[in-house]
Amino acid sequence: MTAVLPISAEPAAVPQEEARPGRWRRMPAKAKAGAVLLGVFVLAAIIGPMVTPYDPSYQNPAPSLSLHAPYGAHLLGTTQSGQDVLSQLLVGIRLTLELAFLVGVVATALSVLVGVSAAFLGGVWDEVLSLITNVFLVIPALPLLIVLLGYLQTRGQTATILVLSFLLWPWGARVIRAQTLAIRGRDFISAARETGEKTRRIITHEIVPNEVSLIAASFVNTVLYAIGASVALAFIGVTNLNSWSLGTMLYWAQSQQALQLGAWWWFVPPGLTVALIGAGLVLLNTGIDELGNPRLRDAANASRIAGRWLRPADPTPVLGELSQGRGRLSAFWHSFSRSSLLDEHQGGQR
Amino acid sequence: MSFILRRLVFYLVAAWVALTINFFIPRAMPGNAVQSVMSKFPNLQPAAYRALEALLGVGHPGSIWNQYVSYLDDVLHFNFGTDVSQYPASVSSLLVETLPWTIVLVGTATVIAFLVGTVLGIVAGWRHGGSLDRALPGLMFLQAIPYFFFALILLELLAIRVHVFPIGQGYDGGLIPGWHWDFISSALYHSLLPALTIVLTSIAGWMLQMRNVMITTIGEDYVIAAQAKGLPNRRVIYTYAARNALLPQLQGFGLAVGFVVSGALVMEIVFSYPGIGLLLLNAVTSNDYPLMQAIFLVITFTVLLANLIVDIIIVFADPRARARAAL
Repeated sequence: MTAVLPISAEPAAVPQEEARPGRWRRMPAKAKAGAVLLGVFVLAAIIGPMVTPYDPSYQNPAPSLSLHAPYGAHLLGTTQSGQDVLSQLLVGIRLTLELAFLVGVVATALSVLVGVSAAFLGGVWDEVLSLITNVFLVIPALPLLIVLLGYLQTRGQTATILVLSFLLWPWGARVIRAQTLAIRGRDFISAARETGEKTRRIITHEIVPNEVSLIAASFVNTVLYAIGASVALAFIGVTNLNSWSLGTMLYWAQSQQALQLGAWWWFVPPGLTVALIGAGLVLLNTGIDELGNPRLRDAANASRIAGRWLRPADPTPVLGELSQGRGRLSAFWHSFSRSSLLDEHQGGQR
Repeated sequence: MSFILRRLVFYLVAAWVALTINFFIPRAMPGNAVQSVMSKFPNLQPAAYRALEALLGVGHPGSIWNQYVSYLDDVLHFNFGTDVSQYPASVSSLLVETLPWTIVLVGTATVIAFLVGTVLGIVAGWRHGGSLDRALPGLMFLQAIPYFFFALILLELLAIRVHVFPIGQGYDGGLIPGWHWDFISSALYHSLLPALTIVLTSIAGWMLQMRNVMITTIGEDYVIAAQAKGLPNRRVIYTYAARNALLPQLQGFGLAVGFVVSGALVMEIVFSYPGIGLLLLNAVTSNDYPLMQAIFLVITFTVLLANLIVDIIIVFADPRARARAAL
């Protein structure tokens, strides 16, 4: 927490505070810190490229400006070829965040689509979709990304976004499917069905709104991974090296030996920015988790007995939800998944 | 059919999917290995194209189906063709050279991080709101740092500013690799900083996950009953709560292995560590497509194997699973 405190004094991003006063205050502290931290960088991404002091690609030929440590005119110093690090950083934040958010949107949309349809179609469809999801979960994404992007001649932003989204949907799909299965059996869904609502309307108006926190968490996770992956890809050099992103900054710093030359101002700012954005996302996600699961919240307000926190008991679990309506073929498919071993309700049936 | 056997079938399917994707990528994308060699040596005659194809084993004679069958056959025999960038060497010999480095380093460091993170998570979950629990946001900051950037910082602080650790490489330049003490001690010494990077950056993830499951498990009735019975805390924590909380943790481990390996690969580049990651970088910079693809396959197979091992551990750790696996 100490790492983020100095920045949280600035109330940059206060989502929907006007809409419902008091909601911001009821949010877990971690989520607040995360939102503020992230807000600062989103702000930097929006106005940053407009206020860059120099053209990030401009190579100042003055020999004294090669690898100059930070000073008044160049607040974050210069690179070996006399480029302004601060300008590169401001442009780079925009490009990196833009990519990550777009990947988050596309991949999360795919996860919702796959997860909800798997749970709703059920039976063999469910098992086939789950199988595909599980297969893509175990295949490591980064090496595949490198091969895919390595073959592309034009490694532009769009290509990277598409390839990343294509590989990052399975995580979300898995949890959203599980949640949809749990919600599907609830009474209010049966009620909606009885009143004659169409399946599509049930999905869009009853199911999805109940999964908003889960979808948000999956979005935040995807954005987090997309930032890490895109920066790592750029660092290896599988990207458009002529554009300025946080990853390409690190690539040039590494390939021109910034570390060996002692030019910390060249590689620390982009790396630290990635770390701070990442920390903001992790905090936000933990906050969302706590919002959905009150047990994880700070124990400060809970009552204590003999040094232990007293907690409310679990609601009685509804049995048989997961195993309901599983035919022979789909039971066969299901038996190949790891979860078949851990399903409580499947027990002695087979 | 036992559970392990079923999982084996699943991993074979996953491996087959990876193989098939790998087969179709070069055929669906523009650019190939021969073109990359041709562009590197501009004075080659266009007639050399066919000769190069034959030499590199990347020519596509016959129908797609025949190509596919011979491709699967090649992979089964660990034959990935001849390398483009380090020409006479075969791709498989390069892999055999580098794979042990990565597996020993990344494997050991990941297991250490998992064990330490899990134990810390147990403590943080039990003492919910305690000092270790409150340190979590700081640890999460560590987790958010990209592996390779953390590696850069450690290198700067501990190898360049303070000469405690060597600057990169897998062993001292003057040594000949072999099973003698000089080499082994040097390799161990060189692996300390990369291992530290993996442990420090991945520990928070394991800890957070274990803590969350622990907190939920502690709320279960049987844990409260065990406490009410007056069992010693140690027994309640480890035999009642942690043992059950460990199962989702193990599942998570299986899924996260691929993520950790990917991060570790990029980290190797920073340390010039002679593993698969550095080989991958060389493959990328020299447009060495056969090598890139072979590395993708080898990493995928390793991750699948790690997952299978996790499944076996789950069966042994969970009596319910053991009973069900026998069905």
